[in-house]
Amino acid sequence: RRDVLVLTPWLAPIVWEGTFSRDILDAQYLQKNLLTGVVTFALEKYWFFIEGFMSSANKYFLAGHPVNFYLFTDSPEKIPHLQMAPENHLFVIPVQDDPRWQGISRSHMDILSSYIQRQFQHEVDYLYWVDINVQLLAHVGVEIIDALVATISSWQVTPQQDKASETHPESQSAIPEGQGDFYYTASFYGGSVAEVYKLSRACSAGLVEDTENGIEGPWHHESHLNRYLLQHRPTRLLSPEYYWDTEL
Amino acid sequence: RRQDVLTVTPWLAPIVWEGTFDPEILDSAYRPLNLTIGVTAFAVGKYTRFVRRFLDSAEQHFLRGYRVNYYIFTDSPQSIPQPQLQPGRSLLTVPVQRQPSWQEISMRRMEAISRHLAQERHRQVQYLFCLDIDMVFHNPWGPETLGDMVAAIHPGYFDVPREQFPYERRSSSAAFIPEGEGDFYYGGAVFGGLVEKVYEFTKMCHMTILADKANGIMAAWQEESHLNRHFLSHKPSKLLSPEYIWDDRKPQPPQIRLIRFSTVNKSYKEVRN
Repeated sequence: RRDVLVLTPWLAPIVWEGTFSRDILDAQYLQKNLLTGVVTFALEKYWFFIEGFMSSANKYFLAGHPVNFYLFTDSPEKIPHLQMAPENHLFVIPVQDDPRWQGISRSHMDILSSYIQRQFQHEVDYLYWVDINVQLLAHVGVEIIDALVATISSWQVTPQQDKASETHPESQSAIPEGQGDFYYTASFYGGSVAEVYKLSRACSAGLVEDTENGIEGPWHHESHLNRYLLQHRPTRLLSPEYYWDTEL
Repeated sequence: RRQDVLTVTPWLAPIVWEGTFDPEILDSAYRPLNLTIGVTAFAVGKYTRFVRRFLDSAEQHFLRGYRVNYYIFTDSPQSIPQPQLQPGRSLLTVPVQRQPSWQEISMRRMEAISRHLAQERHRQVQYLFCLDIDMVFHNPWGPETLGDMVAAIHPGYFDVPREQFPYERRSSSAAFIPEGEGDFYYGGAVFGGLVEKVYEFTKMCHMTILADKANGIMAAWQEESHLNRHFLSHKPSKLLSPEYIWDDRKPQPPQIRLIRFSTVNKSYKEVRN
């Protein structure tokens, strides 16, 4: 691929169709006997997306390799019967949608880091956050497996235009003028369990601090993610081919 | 950004060329890690004459500002110069036995390195590079080279089709690579990575070299053939372009914008008995 950027200035590959051989990567993945998990949240009305998400994920997400799906939901009774691929496992984790927690995003990071510590780190090697309201349309394979992986948003947003930085420059997530490499989406990211733990802890702490200072916003979760990834650069980037804009 | 060369392998390992990376970003990521990087180089027999130039040029260009331990493997420690080094850098000599032929010396390097790493129980270094001594640094060699397992593309074969790679083609050798297989031709003069990975790698190469010995066969390019065999089945996580392993006898093509590390012009007759 000569038409796109395939390597970041810190030598992290940017994954586009045509830049890799899935066969070679599959062989490497099998050689190392790895297990990958997916974390997703279906709170309040979002239970509606569970069926579509799980059906497309079973078909396209690391197809052929065992995957643990960790589904956090506040309405486990509403989960329809799901057809899982034989090698995959579904873990339904009930959560209470605590009204004290304003901003669903903040509780996500908190819950994620605590579950990594108490459970996930013992079960999987790699862990990926995927928003529930996405439908995979093509294979997402082991090319996503690396230490710290983020997906470039397909929006033409430069970090300086990032909403939180604009409206709340004093926010813990604000990125100073002139900095920032890429804008990453919060709907699909992950990496090794250790790295995702560090990321979720850092973002959670930042979100808590902001909330205490009265700063909130719909893009908040994503701003903190981007701030973290500026200081801890991803080891691999997924091109916007891997980003499914749920608002489109 | 480079569009004239391949910068990522099919298994998503970066290939490091001038223009693909920003040294400042990498420095800011690696400096805080407080690393010590090791370098092994063999100066056996007449090859001790290359040590001075190697070290002087390394002090100028190799991971400048980082802590470095040079491990010079030699049969005559007394003839190894002890130049003044930058702060945080040290030189140690490791005794090895002289072998009857230069091929033997070359092949035994894998054994010597793995043995040395096995004995070094207190890991003083996190990353290790194994370099040829008869070479000189001309330009910066920085943290862009650090990775789990790093190999360098041989300068003579980076632009030729795979069929022309001088892999070992006899199936009786443990270094055998059949026609139609192979990713790159890697040079034996440069490889490195995390210490544990280098240890595993040199041990594996030593094993296959021994297997060949037991069968009375010596691979076409000595341990370089075995290195290539192992990098085929255990692919490197990062590749260095020929900028990092150049041969000064070659004319410099446009893809090579910068020569960082290259051979010293010498008479092979003179140094190989």
